Amino acid sequence: MKLLKVAISAAALALATIPALAQAPSTLRIGVQEDPDMLDPHKARTFVGRIVFMGLCDRLLDITPELKLVPRLATEWGFSTDGLTLTMKLRSDAKFHDGESFNAEAAKANLERAMTLPDSLRKSELASVDKVEAPDATTLVLKLKRPDATLLAQLTDRAGMMLSPKSLSGDVTAKPICSGPYKFVERVQNDRIVLDKFKEHWEADKYSFDRIIYRSIPDTTVRLANLRSGELDILERMAPTDVKSAQGDKSLKVMSVANLGYQGITVNTNNGEAAKQPIGLDKRIRQALSLSIDRKVLNDAVFDGLYEPMLQPFNPGNPYLSADFPVPPRDVAKAKALMKAAGTEKISVELFVTNNPVQAQVGQVIQAMAQEAGIDVQIRSTEFASQLRDQQQGKFQLSLIGWSGRIDPDGNIHAFVTTKGNQNDGKYSNPQVDKELDEARTIYEPAARKKHYDAAQKILQDELPIIYLYNDKRYFALRANMQGFVINPDGMIRLAGLKRS
Amino acid sequence: MASLDSISSTGSANGVKARPGVLSRLVRNKSALIGGSIVLIFVLMAVLAPVLLLADPFKSNFLAIRKPPSELYWFGTDELGRDQVTRLFFGARASLLAGIVSVLIAVAIGLPFGLLAGWYGGWVDIAISRVTEALLACPFLILAIAFAAVLGPSLTNAMIAIGLSAVPIFIRLIRGQVMNVKAEDFVEGARAVGARDLRLMFRHVLPNTLSPIVVQSTLFMAQAIILEAALSFLGLGQQPPAPSWGQMLNVAKNFMEQAPWMSVAPGVCIFLAVLGFNLLGDGLRDALDPKEN
Amino acid sequence: MATLILRRILIAIPTLFLVSLFVFALQRALPGDPFLVIAGEERDPEVIARLREIYRMDDPIFVQFFAWLGQVVQGDFGRSLRTGEPVLGLILQKLPVTIQLATASILIAISIGIPIGILAARRKGTLVDYSASAVALSGLSIPNFWFGIMLILLVSVHLKWLPASGYESIFVHPWEAIKRLIMPAFVLGNGLAAFLMRHTRSAMLEVLRSDYVRTARAKGLDEDTVVHRHALRNALVPIITLTTLLFGELLAGAVLTEQVFTIPGFGKLIVDAVFNRDYGVVQGVVLCTAIGFILMNLIADILYVLVNPRLRTG
Repeated sequence: MKLLKVAISAAALALATIPALAQAPSTLRIGVQEDPDMLDPHKARTFVGRIVFMGLCDRLLDITPELKLVPRLATEWGFSTDGLTLTMKLRSDAKFHDGESFNAEAAKANLERAMTLPDSLRKSELASVDKVEAPDATTLVLKLKRPDATLLAQLTDRAGMMLSPKSLSGDVTAKPICSGPYKFVERVQNDRIVLDKFKEHWEADKYSFDRIIYRSIPDTTVRLANLRSGELDILERMAPTDVKSAQGDKSLKVMSVANLGYQGITVNTNNGEAAKQPIGLDKRIRQALSLSIDRKVLNDAVFDGLYEPMLQPFNPGNPYLSADFPVPPRDVAKAKALMKAAGTEKISVELFVTNNPVQAQVGQVIQAMAQEAGIDVQIRSTEFASQLRDQQQGKFQLSLIGWSGRIDPDGNIHAFVTTKGNQNDGKYSNPQVDKELDEARTIYEPAARKKHYDAAQKILQDELPIIYLYNDKRYFALRANMQGFVINPDGMIRLAGLKRS
Repeated sequence: MASLDSISSTGSANGVKARPGVLSRLVRNKSALIGGSIVLIFVLMAVLAPVLLLADPFKSNFLAIRKPPSELYWFGTDELGRDQVTRLFFGARASLLAGIVSVLIAVAIGLPFGLLAGWYGGWVDIAISRVTEALLACPFLILAIAFAAVLGPSLTNAMIAIGLSAVPIFIRLIRGQVMNVKAEDFVEGARAVGARDLRLMFRHVLPNTLSPIVVQSTLFMAQAIILEAALSFLGLGQQPPAPSWGQMLNVAKNFMEQAPWMSVAPGVCIFLAVLGFNLLGDGLRDALDPKEN
Repeated sequence: MATLILRRILIAIPTLFLVSLFVFALQRALPGDPFLVIAGEERDPEVIARLREIYRMDDPIFVQFFAWLGQVVQGDFGRSLRTGEPVLGLILQKLPVTIQLATASILIAISIGIPIGILAARRKGTLVDYSASAVALSGLSIPNFWFGIMLILLVSVHLKWLPASGYESIFVHPWEAIKRLIMPAFVLGNGLAAFLMRHTRSAMLEVLRSDYVRTARAKGLDEDTVVHRHALRNALVPIITLTTLLFGELLAGAVLTEQVFTIPGFGKLIVDAVFNRDYGVVQGVVLCTAIGFILMNLIADILYVLVNPRLRTG
């Protein structure tokens, strides 16, 4: 028996000490939270898909961590004085993975595909574009239907990604041919996506790895365990509850940045029968709910105090934040008074949450807190697909849901609270809010633009169609020997400059 | 695992009428005794949970989040600072309820169809058997996941899903029993003197199928508890804030490193409850089947 | 034999038809609109309407079903709604992953279950027998997914001996593959081992009581020869048949095991597909599983007839 024990531990030791299969030194292994969807920038919808496109596809523009626009495939750009023409100068030395040259014709073909493909998801992002012209090989002209301050931000993302024109007629999803620093090798669904270095890329010398492997590992604990054991080099979206133990591990380093989006409770104020109950009808009850929630304790309880309590749809540090709405302290007495003013002492309301442990936990904390103000929150957890559907059909009272965030402030607010907004599931409607937010879209100058957002927020913070709760910081963990990772609030992993020391 | 094990064994039990001495044999049977005691303890836990002076299973304490086991919290606290001991007691209710209700559903649907198929044979049998076979050809758990997803995640719906997915097993079992009994002399005899079908079914056939049903039901309880836990683990069973062992595990797996106690206790409870029902089922089988003695 | 196989195949056709129809109906009953998820965070209503049209979601359900069936008969299983990949390709990609896991589990189950079963039968009524039964029953009672979590906790997180997850092909990186297989295969295999142990024990007991073993003993052969030459061979017959019938159990077990160890196999494919409302994938996977199930039953029947020559004429 003893002998057996010795043998077992010896075998286990051998297993442990033999180095993880000698990976070629220049392979970078990135752990991502989900399996991306379609690898076609015009059809893709997932966050994690965008992470993969960072290696695979070049965009017209890029943003810095300070959210400043910088050149990528476009070297210069400018709007006409009437704001209806955007002219861009393009690089002449960029190539697609199939050897074709990138030029204005190619860019035009891509933008037109994004605007016309039946199942394109980019249509609304390019809705202001009337037509695209390519007067010469390095000049791209976008004629607009109306001034659009959000357009440049769209071009830093999937709407500005370029596929080889020759590949557009084929099966793009099976083998996407872009112009990024890495080219597509293979994909194993639910497991990995492999890219190899594209040596003819115009900036090839900045990319030190020969191969990138994106591995999808949904479980945060398991993802971290893989990083620890050296199976991964970088992982994204580490759970905040794992941060402390990762920080204690000398072989790892942890980096974080405030996410561009927000997390909150969407209230059904006006969508069908379900809206006709106290919390949907009376803003005072919504105010009471908001006041009953201690956002700091929520953050401490669920996220180890690492996220940021928020009351606005923009991330901490965002220039469009209004100074008038800091996170208020919890005030149960005032909440009760508001309830009383609304003619009630106790109401019952149903809260939709996505059925994953973290969302359930947030829901339960809210439940416990709201209870004290006389709001009896019934939690109903469903899968995300059902939650979205019920929400859109107005079969909800409250829904705990977040937004991944956009670079331009418009992307975080317009669609959610304007009368015709695609994402306005509570069908909230206020002509003044519509007017301010529509106008903000057309103004290029930030300070003037902010005035409109402030004006809209003043109304929204009173009427509360969405009760904002917190900003979820993005945590990345890296092996300690990784160098040159530039963290960006968009949560992407940019590969330029990354190396292993 | 338990279900398959039992099908093949109860299949050979031949449905001999339970006769006097079953109870005494059951008490003398060690595995039945141990299994029965374990089951009894869990039943008591579940029944007495609201009566005992336990902490409120829903009461969260944001100052005592994920505290390790101590004198105050014997099994530690969970992600919202709730007492794990209390949650385990109330979780027992969910698990046992899931077992009982899903067995009832499976028997309630399986019994009439099994009787019909076994008694009448012919096209009735062919039709029922084909559908049963089709249901059996969809893997058990996948079926349950699909059901639970269709009906929406909740404990009730998980119970329905588990019950429905066990229906084919019961149909097959009962059909086989009925066919065996039908061929026996006393039934043939009763038929010959002109006894009516319905009367025959209830007077002679049904009582003779009871003991394998009891054995199978006990063993399926074990299976149902595991399945409920599995569905809850996938987020399709008991919904928070109500506790169930599987749902506790679902949360606990996110804190494996920070709070391992959260995953140990509910798992041990599931294991013991399932073990109890398996032992009891084995014991019942031995006691009801005199061939073994 | 040929008629047996032919008859079974003919019977299989209506079964498969029923399975497909059943799953098809079930899926259309699923709440939640896949297109809401596919249409991206922006959820442009125009895009959703266009997508529904492309995938013919607004046709009556029977029209959809027969359209699907017509394609399947021609070998086209459609495409994944989520990633746009062909369903058949996905299935072929995932199948080897699960087969590798299942094979390893069965090997573990056989190498533990059968020897212990024989031992328990030979020492019937002794401590060895009782403890073997106790271990087997525990193996049957332990929830797979919890056992998996405990192993990850102990072996990967605590001791850091083995990787916590993933998959490598045994033919490409054998050593990496084995490291990743040990835990999940053991988790999946322990229940099967318990099952095999119990059946080996009872089959052995029956054979040891039989007349010809008694004759062999009477002839003065020593016990080992009796057990290995005569008893074992006969006891193994029902066990082999049983093993093939474990297919369904194995697959269900694999669903959870793959979930816990994030193995990109068949089980994970189906769970993800159900959650994403990826209709085509669920449909294709269930059909393939049903075919596998029927095939395994057929093999079990054939094996049974082959080893029991008496049945051949019947």
